[in-house]
Amino acid sequence: MHLAYFTERPYRYAPQDRVIEKGFFGTPNSFFDPAKGHELYHEYIDEKILCEELGFDGVALNEHHDTPFTMGAVMDVEASILARVTKKVKIILIGNPLPLGGPLRLAEELAMIDVISGGRLVAGWVRGAGSEQFAHNANPAYNREYFNEAHDFIVKAWTQPGPWRYEGRHFHYRFVDPWPVPMQKPHPQMWIPGLLSPETALWCAEKRYPYIALATFLEPTVELWNIYRDRAAELGYQVGPENFGYMQKVYVAETEEKAQEIAKFDMFGGAGSGYSLFAQPAYNFPPGYNSKLATRRIATQFSDPNKKRSSSPFQAAGETSRAEVSAAQVDHRSRFWQEATVDIEQTRKAIFGQLPDVLNSFGIICGTPKSVIPKIRVVLETLRPGIFIIWQNDGPITRKDRENNLKLLAAEVMPAVREMGKELDLKSPYEAKPGARPLAHAGKPESVGSLEPWKAWRQAHPY
Amino acid sequence: MAEKAQWHQETVNLDGAELQVIKGGAGRPLLVLHEEMGHPGWLKWHTELAREHSLIIPLHPGFGVSPRIDWIWNVRDLAGFYARFLRQQKLNPIDVIGFSLGGWVAAEMAANNQEQFRRMVLVGAAGVRPPQGEILDIFQLMAPAELAASVLDPENTPEFDQLYGGIGPAAFELWEEARAATARLAWVPYMHNPSLPHLLRVIDSLPTLLVWGREDRVVPLSAGEAYQQAIAGSRLVVLDQCGHRPEIEQNAAFVREVKGFLS
Repeated sequence: MHLAYFTERPYRYAPQDRVIEKGFFGTPNSFFDPAKGHELYHEYIDEKILCEELGFDGVALNEHHDTPFTMGAVMDVEASILARVTKKVKIILIGNPLPLGGPLRLAEELAMIDVISGGRLVAGWVRGAGSEQFAHNANPAYNREYFNEAHDFIVKAWTQPGPWRYEGRHFHYRFVDPWPVPMQKPHPQMWIPGLLSPETALWCAEKRYPYIALATFLEPTVELWNIYRDRAAELGYQVGPENFGYMQKVYVAETEEKAQEIAKFDMFGGAGSGYSLFAQPAYNFPPGYNSKLATRRIATQFSDPNKKRSSSPFQAAGETSRAEVSAAQVDHRSRFWQEATVDIEQTRKAIFGQLPDVLNSFGIICGTPKSVIPKIRVVLETLRPGIFIIWQNDGPITRKDRENNLKLLAAEVMPAVREMGKELDLKSPYEAKPGARPLAHAGKPESVGSLEPWKAWRQAHPY
Repeated sequence: MAEKAQWHQETVNLDGAELQVIKGGAGRPLLVLHEEMGHPGWLKWHTELAREHSLIIPLHPGFGVSPRIDWIWNVRDLAGFYARFLRQQKLNPIDVIGFSLGGWVAAEMAANNQEQFRRMVLVGAAGVRPPQGEILDIFQLMAPAELAASVLDPENTPEFDQLYGGIGPAAFELWEEARAATARLAWVPYMHNPSLPHLLRVIDSLPTLLVWGREDRVVPLSAGEAYQQAIAGSRLVVLDQCGHRPEIEQNAAFVREVKGFLS
């Protein structure tokens, strides 16, 4: 199992009222204080160095634009620094938003990071959140076309010796011969993060890339694994843990109370319905960006402004359909701002008050090392991911609490997680090549995940 | 429904695309180019103009009903597509009326070849960057908010509730198709072609009527004035107490002006 660390790197002084009123995207940059920014960037880089010392296999970065939600507006800058100041950890980018810019520049940047780091880059691609399309004026109606074409171009730029001429549908280069090319051959691994868009899972299955679900509800995640599984079977291979990754929010402290106190901040950093503060619906769902199924859900939601949304999709555990997987994504991102005006106090209460729901659904696992280990086991047994990324420290959590949390996790939780990885045979994409398992003769493909462990937990721990 | 008898939908095969066309009325043909949210349905003004004209309303490719055509990258391409449509259907020269995005399409067609039109009416047309104010960024609004912004007073505008068959999931899904198609055509430069005011100056013999709501919040009136300056001999009619949909907000004045101009 590949065990990595991730944080959004929030600008933790974001003005809460303003964010609740307008969203993280849309909070003006006049609130950005470069002196505080300086401190935070250094803190987040130091944290990655600490992660290496603590024994993580990888450190993961992401990027978002025009938002205090994440300070990594251009994560390749951070990755470049990490390439130099770390020695062993994989530098996992989840991911570069392909539709936002020229793919040749990206091929060059990533190749440099791979070469400087001595071949430690894990590349990853995203379509970019809806709001990103506004921030960089990338036409959302061509989002998936840009994504597909940019991906194919980058792989070609990394593997086919130049110079050559490229005339595509959206991108054109008259002279392609990037120096350098990546150190890893034929190219770095590519891991694809997502919020359960079935289209992306199908694409990953076709490319044999690991798909990483970002702290999504367990039920639709298992469903998505199966969508991937079925496509893989059509293509003639059996999926394994190496095809899947999962990001889990975990907070540990010396006492349950202290852990919950810290975890509560995450409610403002993306856990539960706090995630719907990411951006207002018009920015989350730009035209042409959404799949047909997601659009249908959006249509139902937004054509009746008086209709109340359920507070937590998948509250009830059970079988899910592909339509429901899409619906969950939409619901998760559109809890607030259905009405014209937002009551700040009420919304704040709703966000923070949702912590018990989020703990119950394992949106966050928090507690003492002893109490979180069995819960992590349930997640690992349910999803069987070959990549497991601990997601921490979002929202306004202090540096001291962040470090304490990380150290405790490394000392008292990680050894147990590694043991589980071995026991459950959760092979990472470095231990087993994704897409190389043969399909059982004439049989149905086997599932990697199963809801049974999760259901058993729920039964034993009624909410 | 009694209204339904006034129009029917036909399929026209053009260049491998099955263009859907709404037709209704009798008289000299009038090409109607619809706006960025799609064809809003058959309204009172359609009925009134259909008494003297046979209305031909192509549903733009990719806007949810007619299939998308991959080579149409921008409004000029769409204008070229409709030039072929007119030739194939032996309709030119024809009278044309275009609304908002549809007005822009008509203007591009006229700039390319004024002889395909007999008379041209542009209503709150996009396509020219307004010297004062900005074209409303519809993409920063959800569709129902875009719709509400298109009239001065949604509560008291006749037929507002009938547009697109009324707000509901079915209309919403079509709007999303239309808005995506609009994004493909006009995401950047947003809803205008910087060359268009210059290209329009080739027009020297096309009678043109420009109709604008004084309080148009989607395409500000200054864009209408810019059109008026660019198109030789054009006349700008500005309607008071009116937003982006003069055809329903000031129906009587609108019908009177358009009928008078086309007769």
